[in-house]
Amino acid sequence: MSDLTDLTIAESLSKLKSREISPVELTQAYVQKLNDNHKYNAFVTLTAEKALSDAEEAEKRYANNTNRLLEGIPLGIKDLFCTKGIKTTACSHILDNFIPQYESTVTQNLLDDGALFLGKLNMDEFAMGGSNETSYFGPVVNPWSKNTPLVAGGSSGGSAAAVAAKMCAAATATDTGGSIREPSAFCGVTGIKPTYGRCSRYGIVAFASSLDQAGPICKDVRDCALLLNSMAGYDPKDSTSSKREIPDFSLSLGKDIKGLKVGIPAEYRPDGLNPEIASYWDKAAQILKDCGAEIININLPHTKYALPAYYVIAPAEASSNLARYDGVRYGLRVDGNGLDEQYINTRTEGFGAEVKRRILIGTYVLSAGYYDAYYLKAQKVRRLIKNDFDNAFQKCDIILTPTSPIEPFAIGDTKMLENPINMYLNDVFTVSVNLAGLPAMSLPIGLSQNSLPLGMQLIGRAFDEDTIFKAAYHLERGANFVRM
Amino acid sequence: MAVDNETVRRIAFLARLKVEQEKLEDTQSEFNKILNWVEELGEVNTNNVEPLVSVNDEALSLRQDEITAGHISEEILKNAPAQEFGYFVVPKVVE
Amino acid sequence: MADFIIETEKGKWEIICGLEIHCQIISKSKIFSGASTEFGDDVNENVSFVDAGMPGMLPTLNQECVHQAIKTGLGLNAIINKYSEFSRKNYFYADLPQGYQITQFQYPIVGEGFIDIDLADGSTKRIRIERMHIEQDAGKSIHDIDPHKSFIDLNRAGVGLMEIVTKPDFRSPEEAGAFLRKLRSIVRYLGTCDGNMDEGSMRCDVNVSVRPFGSNEYRTRCEMKNVNSVKFVMQAIEVEAKRHVDVYENGGEICQETRQFDPVSLSTKVMRKKEFAHDYRYFPEPDLPPLILSDELINHIKDELIELPDAKKNRFVNQLGLTSYDAMVICENKEVAEFFEKASQGRDAKKVANWLMGDFFAMLKKKNLDINSSPVSPDNLGKLVDLITKDIISGKIAKDVFEIMSETSEDPEIIVEKNGWKQVTDTSAIETIVDSVIAANPDNVASYKAGKTNLLGWFVGQVIKQSQGKANPAIVNKLLREKL
Repeated sequence: MSDLTDLTIAESLSKLKSREISPVELTQAYVQKLNDNHKYNAFVTLTAEKALSDAEEAEKRYANNTNRLLEGIPLGIKDLFCTKGIKTTACSHILDNFIPQYESTVTQNLLDDGALFLGKLNMDEFAMGGSNETSYFGPVVNPWSKNTPLVAGGSSGGSAAAVAAKMCAAATATDTGGSIREPSAFCGVTGIKPTYGRCSRYGIVAFASSLDQAGPICKDVRDCALLLNSMAGYDPKDSTSSKREIPDFSLSLGKDIKGLKVGIPAEYRPDGLNPEIASYWDKAAQILKDCGAEIININLPHTKYALPAYYVIAPAEASSNLARYDGVRYGLRVDGNGLDEQYINTRTEGFGAEVKRRILIGTYVLSAGYYDAYYLKAQKVRRLIKNDFDNAFQKCDIILTPTSPIEPFAIGDTKMLENPINMYLNDVFTVSVNLAGLPAMSLPIGLSQNSLPLGMQLIGRAFDEDTIFKAAYHLERGANFVRM
Repeated sequence: MAVDNETVRRIAFLARLKVEQEKLEDTQSEFNKILNWVEELGEVNTNNVEPLVSVNDEALSLRQDEITAGHISEEILKNAPAQEFGYFVVPKVVE
Repeated sequence: MADFIIETEKGKWEIICGLEIHCQIISKSKIFSGASTEFGDDVNENVSFVDAGMPGMLPTLNQECVHQAIKTGLGLNAIINKYSEFSRKNYFYADLPQGYQITQFQYPIVGEGFIDIDLADGSTKRIRIERMHIEQDAGKSIHDIDPHKSFIDLNRAGVGLMEIVTKPDFRSPEEAGAFLRKLRSIVRYLGTCDGNMDEGSMRCDVNVSVRPFGSNEYRTRCEMKNVNSVKFVMQAIEVEAKRHVDVYENGGEICQETRQFDPVSLSTKVMRKKEFAHDYRYFPEPDLPPLILSDELINHIKDELIELPDAKKNRFVNQLGLTSYDAMVICENKEVAEFFEKASQGRDAKKVANWLMGDFFAMLKKKNLDINSSPVSPDNLGKLVDLITKDIISGKIAKDVFEIMSETSEDPEIIVEKNGWKQVTDTSAIETIVDSVIAANPDNVASYKAGKTNLLGWFVGQVIKQSQGKANPAIVNKLLREKL
């Protein structure tokens, strides 16, 4: 039999249930993979021993038939999720050695369903970045790299790389402007950002509260459905979490899509779009069409303004969310002469360059005299972007776009580093979805000429992940992408 | 709206961050690049457009007035860089 | 009402003053967390992870705080806004764990209203309320334990506050004092705040400016923060106004600044100048969707609203015949008004009011008791008034009876019975004494008959004296007139 880490969660569960494999064997296989692949720098904290002992508990549960939805499935957890008793840093120096005394709702849901945690995954500092290069613990290396180490994407680079390299069965991730979808595309794995409000944000270190949303990164579409069903749900501890029923997403898999209206937004095909990506986009549309879907041209006229609006709103919220890192109650403290100096020393040393850049921009756009011109304006544009989607969804049921305008680039790429805006532009296809609070999935469509994975994005109506799963299932089969 | 050095310094202090003197010019120019870029928003006609405050249209739920937390001072102080007698300790604050 | 005018050799000046009052909301748990609001518990014991601003923690709004705010708004005759929003007020302070305060800015829960205040000359004045919003309190910094360190206790962090802002309608210290007493009375009636200024559960910021008497201009104002008694507020207004007059008359200018009132020196001084002015960067709190109130809820609270001091006062004047002044004094305190209503049930309310405001209040003051621990119950005070009204005891004996009641809490009827103090109304018994007094004083009888009719009082006194005070003075009077 091939390596146990090749199995999807669905496959593993069926073998676990039939007692063909045991949770300890499965966990050991992943721990082995994990230890063989430290070069990817995907994990920042390991809890393998705990996972192995939890696997023994899981065995007992299978033995006495009290196994739960994800019993014995070894997962990786993005370091943005607070995990009780396990160091959680958001990959920032400022949260040095912070050990939460509480568990995030999403990880608690996974634990309650029997999942095991192998450790905490690398990410961009406070989830701010698109290449995982802002992590205090260094960049994640894309497992698809050949000679030059490539970025795994960000901010959930550790999650995507770990899943691609089979260092965990699946991973939790978060998405504020594309942080689940872009690394999924770069690493050839599947990730879904559900509708804003589906997953509780309680216990997830906040970046931009009105945009942040948790979701899974998995080996395939079915695993995403499984994991999202466990992660999602109303939580009274998060006032923005939705009370809407969570359907069984896996029931959508395999349903036919005859007559499904797939929207192709003209604004996502600018003149300079990478022709390889454009042709994969056409191929994806053709796959859906061949399954009976109807392809419809749509317009999302304010697309151009999504990035500027995002880079006002997200830093503004971040500047406020990150004010609590002041060296008083937890994390790094750098002494100073008096309290203000202590704040300044702590924050200046504790935050990395990109985080500081965003805090400064965010502080500026909220400051007296500039609020209306920047923040309020951006919130109004945000409304128009949401209206664009509302109008589009009058004509179509789902929207198909590429996930990223580029393929994975080299770590330390000078063009990206010399001007932060160049890096921000990589989010061009993903941020609108966060601004409108919609669900969207990225799944691999094929390899570029450089043998690097490329992803396609399916965007659904709010709270209609079902349609995404339905279409993704067919797209996945049609693309027939071969995992690493 | 071009930002000058003094503004950068003021914003940095508001955010309790230090921008080293030698980095002030770079920070200022980077700041202006980003602001120029986001000012593209000015092209959009937003007359009579309500700002989008909350993407989720569900009403705010209220919590029952019950005591469900507290008496966990040990956990609260667990990660404190400095504590004495159950208090968090900071350098003297001059009122 | 005569305005309070500051008159100098150079001219006449008028005070313009507005108040901002923070009232601590009475609720079991904090406004955004489930920790207790109990005062005086051990350090950092009433603190949740939310209150400590731990990473990933989110606020959840306490229903009771909302209801209390609606009640208070109704008590201020104010508009209840069915749409309100929470905002973040961003600033760094050691006892502000999140680095921002959750408050309401653009859309407060309560809009414009008013309070009518009663002034010493019997007039009333309407003070307009600008708005009222709800927000969280900060923690407490303790500076006097160590010369180099400050100590932070977060027990108070997150306790709900109502901030009431008045229009600049005050023209004298007296008006401000009357307003604070009235406001305190209203919130105590409603049970929304205990109104104790000395314990900090009601705190007052005072804004003062002056203008030449008769002009309509508004000049620069100064704010004095956290003035913590009615008396100090009145003093602060006066000394700050006089300072302004002094500065203007000496050709100076007033700068808008925050000052501190020192009740010992009766002066104000400018608080430490900040390197940069505050810039709170308010923006809508993304962790809490807008607060929407239904008409149903507002009407329900309105229906359940108890009778407020003004309504009660009017009823006491119109239905019970109390003077406006007596009614105001009795209604200021809810417990006093309730005591009065019980004591006056089915009796001459005016007589009960006289006793209450006379001997009864004097007794409480002497014994340093509040009305809830009075040794004299409302029932017994009522019975005492009955004994007088029914001519069972005289007013003079009643004072002795009250003296005993306030020591022993006994029923006045029993005291009178035990001491044999029942007034003698039996005409024949009194007649015997009258006869003997007439017989024993032939000279005075002669003088009386000769026209010195004012001797009647002397004869009455003699008879009552011989009856040991028990003879009914009316009967004595009547018999003496007949017999002399």
